[in-house]
Amino acid sequence: MIEVINLTKSFGDLQVLKGINLTIEKGEKVVIIGPSGSGKSTFLRCLNCMEDPTSGSVLFNGVDLTDMKVDINVQRQHMGMVFQHFNLFNNKTVLENITLSPILVQKKAMAKLRRQNLKYKLTGKKDKIAPASEIKSNAQIKAEAKENAMALLERIGLSDKADAYPSMLSGGQKQRVAIVRSLAMNPDVMLFDEPTSALDPEMVGEVLDVMKDLAKSGMTMVVVTHEMGFAREVGDRVLFMDDGKILEENTPDGIFNHPQNPRLQEFLSKVL
Amino acid sequence: MGDFERKFWKFVELFQGGSADSYLSEISTGLQNTVKIAVIGLLIGIVIGTLIATVRVLPKYRRLPRVLNGICSVYVSFFRGTPMVVQLLLFYYVALPLMDVNLPSVTVSCIVFGLNSGAYVSEIMRSGIQSVDPGQMEGGRSVGLSFATTMRRIVIPQAIKNILPTLGNEFISLIKETSVVSFIGATDLYVAFRKIGTSTYEFMIPYLVMAVIYIAMVLLISGLIKWMERSLRKSDRSH
Repeated sequence: MIEVINLTKSFGDLQVLKGINLTIEKGEKVVIIGPSGSGKSTFLRCLNCMEDPTSGSVLFNGVDLTDMKVDINVQRQHMGMVFQHFNLFNNKTVLENITLSPILVQKKAMAKLRRQNLKYKLTGKKDKIAPASEIKSNAQIKAEAKENAMALLERIGLSDKADAYPSMLSGGQKQRVAIVRSLAMNPDVMLFDEPTSALDPEMVGEVLDVMKDLAKSGMTMVVVTHEMGFAREVGDRVLFMDDGKILEENTPDGIFNHPQNPRLQEFLSKVL
Repeated sequence: MGDFERKFWKFVELFQGGSADSYLSEISTGLQNTVKIAVIGLLIGIVIGTLIATVRVLPKYRRLPRVLNGICSVYVSFFRGTPMVVQLLLFYYVALPLMDVNLPSVTVSCIVFGLNSGAYVSEIMRSGIQSVDPGQMEGGRSVGLSFATTMRRIVIPQAIKNILPTLGNEFISLIKETSVVSFIGATDLYVAFRKIGTSTYEFMIPYLVMAVIYIAMVLLISGLIKWMERSLRKSDRSH
C-alpha cells in the first residue's frame, strides 16, 4: 500500500532522514519507536508530504506522492493523519470539524459529474449519462455527512459534544474527535504522530482504546509513539529509528524481548 | 486667565458675526477632507494590504511567488521606511509632474495615504495570519483541503479576530497623520484652523479647539474598536 524508496529529508544543512526504505502492506499496523530527534515524526510527516522529502519517493497505492504533478490534496483524502496537538479547527464545532472536508469533496465530485453529464448530453452520448439518482443535492450531501459523523461520534461516545467547540473539550476528547475527523474521509491508511504525547496521563487510555478498536477493524496504521505497551499489543511490526535511519525492524516480540542493536537495547533499558 | 477668557469669547464671537458661515464652511471642509483622506486611505490600504499579505503567506516553492514576494518587501520597506510627508512630496512634486498628470491635492493625499497604509495593513494582516497556530493549516491539509480552502475556511476567520482591532488603530493613526497634507496644499482640519488663526491674528483658541476635535474623533473610533473587540470575544466565549 505504501512503499518508501530511499527517502531522505534535510532541513537546511541538517540531514534528518538518511535513506529510508520501507514497505507497508494493507491492514498492517506499523509502530515506530525511537528517541526524540531520531527523525521518526519527520518520517511519518513525509509519508503524506506534510514535509516534502528532499529525495527519494513515497508510493501510495502506486502513485508517487513526491511527483509535483500528483494532486497531493486528493491523495491526502485517503490518508488520515492524527497530530500530537490534535489540530482541530478552533473556529468550527466538533460536527463541522468532521464534516467540513467530506462535504467539500462530495460537492466537488457532484460538480464534476454534472459537468460530465452535460458534456455527454451535448456530444450525444446519452448512454453514458449518469442517472439522476446518482446526483445528490447539497442538502443531501450535508445530511449524509452529518449522519456519518454522528455515527462516528457515537462510536467514541461523544455524540453529545457534536455542537461543542474544541476549546470546550478535554485533551482526550479532542484527540478522539481528531481521529474521527480523519476517519470520516474513509482513509486507506491512518498516520498517528505521537497521538498521546500531549495528553494528561489519565486521558491516554481513552485515546489508545479508540486506536485499538480501529486496529481491530482492520485499518492500516502507522503509529509513532512512546507507548511501548501499545506497540507490543497492537503492532504487527515495530521499527526502531535513530539518527535518521531504521536500525531494527521486527515483530514486537523480537524488538522487546530479543533486541539486537546495541542502541535499541540501550533505548529499551531507559524506557521500560 | 483673564486673557484666556477674553480670547475664548472672541473666538466664539467669530461664529456669530457676519463671516461666521465662511469660518464654519472652512472647518467643515477641513473636517470632511481629514475624514475622507483617512477613510479612503484605509480602504485603499486594505485592498493593497490584502494583496501583499496574500503574496507574503503563499508557499514559496515556485519562482513567481518568490519574485512577487521580493517586489512586495521592497514596497513595504519603502513605505514604512520613509516619512509620510516625504512620500506626499515625492508623489506630488516628482512622480506626477514626471508622468505629466495633474490631480487635486486631496485626491493625491488619498492615494498616497492608501499606498502608505497598504504597507502597514499588509504587515498587520501577515502577522495576524501567522499568529494563527500553524497546526490549523496542517489539520486542514491533512484531510485533503487545499492551501487556499484551508486559508479561507479555517485560518483567515481566526486571523480576523487579531486583525480587526489593529486595523482600527491603523485608522486612528491615519486620522492623525492627515495633518501633514497641508504640505501639498490640501485643506484639512489643521489648515482650516490655521486659516482662522491667520485671519484673526489669534492662534491659541483655534489650535486648542482643533486638538479637541482630533481627540473627539480618536475617542469615538477607539470606542468603536473596544466595542468590536468585546463582541468578538463574546463569540469566543460561546465557543
